[in-house]
Amino acid sequence: MCSLPHAKTYTLWHNRDLLKTETVQAKQLMSAQTLYDKLWNSHVVRQEADGTALIYIDRHLVHEVTSPQAFEGLKLAGRKLWRSASILAVADHNVPTKGRAQGIADPIARLQVETLDSNCAEYGVNEFKMNDVRQGIVHVIGPEQGATLPGMTVVCGDSHTSTHGAFAALAFGIGTSEVEHVMATQCLLMKKSKAMQVLVDGALGKGVTAKDIALAVIGKIGTAGGTGYAIEFADSAIRALSMEGRMTLCNMAIEAGARAGMIAADDTTIDYLKGRPFAPQGELWDKAVAYWRTLHSDDGAQFDATIKLDAAQIRPQVTWGTSPEMVVAVDGRVPDPATMIDPVKREGAERALHYMGLKANTPITEIKIDKVFIGSCTNARIEDMRAAAAVAKGKHVAPNVKLAMVVPGSGLVKQQAEQEGLDKIFVAAGFEWRDPGCSMCLAMNDDRLAPGERCAATSNRNFEGRQGQGGRTHLVSPEMAAAAAIAGHFVDVSKI
Amino acid sequence: MQKFTVLDGLVMPLDRANVDTDAIIPKQFLKSIKRSGFGPNAFDEWRYLDHGEPGMDNSKRIPNPDFVLNRSRYQGAQILLTRENFGCGSSREHAPWALEDYGFRAIIAPSFADIFFNNCFKNGLLPIRLDAEKVDALFKAVEATPGYRLKIDLEQQSITAPDGTVYKFEVEAFRKHCLMNGLDDIGLTLQHVGEIKDYEAKHRAAQPWL
Repeated sequence: MCSLPHAKTYTLWHNRDLLKTETVQAKQLMSAQTLYDKLWNSHVVRQEADGTALIYIDRHLVHEVTSPQAFEGLKLAGRKLWRSASILAVADHNVPTKGRAQGIADPIARLQVETLDSNCAEYGVNEFKMNDVRQGIVHVIGPEQGATLPGMTVVCGDSHTSTHGAFAALAFGIGTSEVEHVMATQCLLMKKSKAMQVLVDGALGKGVTAKDIALAVIGKIGTAGGTGYAIEFADSAIRALSMEGRMTLCNMAIEAGARAGMIAADDTTIDYLKGRPFAPQGELWDKAVAYWRTLHSDDGAQFDATIKLDAAQIRPQVTWGTSPEMVVAVDGRVPDPATMIDPVKREGAERALHYMGLKANTPITEIKIDKVFIGSCTNARIEDMRAAAAVAKGKHVAPNVKLAMVVPGSGLVKQQAEQEGLDKIFVAAGFEWRDPGCSMCLAMNDDRLAPGERCAATSNRNFEGRQGQGGRTHLVSPEMAAAAAIAGHFVDVSKI
Repeated sequence: MQKFTVLDGLVMPLDRANVDTDAIIPKQFLKSIKRSGFGPNAFDEWRYLDHGEPGMDNSKRIPNPDFVLNRSRYQGAQILLTRENFGCGSSREHAPWALEDYGFRAIIAPSFADIFFNNCFKNGLLPIRLDAEKVDALFKAVEATPGYRLKIDLEQQSITAPDGTVYKFEVEAFRKHCLMNGLDDIGLTLQHVGEIKDYEAKHRAAQPWL
């Protein structure tokens, strides 16, 4: 594009004519496009000479932790909210998961949640308050309400916004300055990322889930493997996933370094959305569906990188270290840093083993656990609840497990699970059945590990101190977490 | 936002890869509704031996003498030298707020996580990508030389070492312009209100369900 004497602004309206074009870009648009190209091009408001574009944002999800400074910034500058209807707000990080009727005990956390309430009231923003049945983790409730739709740009001051890409949306996490920017302008300034395609072909084996695909991908490309890319997950194993599974996978794109993960729209997507409160209805629904069906990469579309995995080769995964890329199959062993050639990697692995209190070459199934956490924006949807309950049914949590907690992703997931009797299965098996929120994924509320405690967690990050200072996290699927709770150590669910 | 033009600053080496934003500013400090005051809790769990909570008097806490931030030779550092994938994990802008509040103005690493990288520019903090070998050479030089300083010139996109070695770096033109002039992104975007409204009208006509 640098061959042009000057860069012009170009804008494309989907299903409409190209209004103003730059020759080279027009040529690209006429050729086969990736899903990412389609989503990007349909949201460009204007573009600078260096490629920095003003991108229009359709849906803005807001939570209590990353929004107060943005609202304050608006106020200080005397700016208005551009489009309050684009925002859906909910408190999730700081909310207690038990004794909620008594309110939030921690005065600092309470002030943050109250600040969200008052900001939403002042600016006319739709908020699901703590005791609303629709409250839950922001990345669970958006899709559950149909507030996330194919073709949208979706942002939130939270890195796991990549979750919403499961609906063929361009969804990514932003910082608080950008939260304020979207509030004030409905746009973001950004440059287009490169496109990566992750192809997973074949059928997943017994006990292998979307979580295991995510961890296997991260194990393969590393936590920085997707930096600078938007990832599209595709091929037969992805098509076979439910929307819950697709959300789990896209959720963890950020753990591979990619700000956005996405999956083409198909019948699974459309069936999931039909009848949801924020989804279109009647004639508009038909119109929307017709457009949504165009949201896939065209045959012959070019990607900057392609990664392939054979679904049948993926085993249930367990992380052993303090980065999600430090992962092995459940029938593997803790790796030996001495065998690592790269000194930075070796030192990282040594530090991780020290922090985790693990010895090299220990079989994963011999690692005993103290706590179990089933929840988070990665794995707290109804299917996750069902999968964990199926493993726990008729069994009991092992005596060495001090606490096994199940935290549904939303009030509606909780309600559905209770209608299906899943809560009774969990409670009978010795699990605690809690109220919805982020909980021990990041331990901002009272749910946290004590120093040295080891946890099988269905969340997304095993960083040092993530679940509580000195806490030791092993990331697994809901099935694997439930099985570990019952056995007291990791077990291979594919062999149960 | 603070402008960034030229910085001649003391360098602190943080020799770890994959430093995540949970490590840069632990979650308990995210309960604040303010933008400032995070500096004393930057790297809290590595920096202190006791557990930190918001509202504590940090001057009365027990510093970890082994952590680089507590070593006397690095006091007053404005440049952080570190390894691959710095700032990975959570999107919390509290991480650059904490680094900036501590006194850092620039971070040099082989690579950064995307969201963190982006957040830095909104806060007058310059993240610089340099090849791993060059970063490695700088680590050796910093550790061997007490009082090691680097001169960063954003206009020239150069880092000058005390021995005269010059390292050039890349920075996107638009980000450079904003950082050098301390420009507020929102103000810039609002110059295009007409175009945004025009886009919005057409976008909604094409997708009336939005």
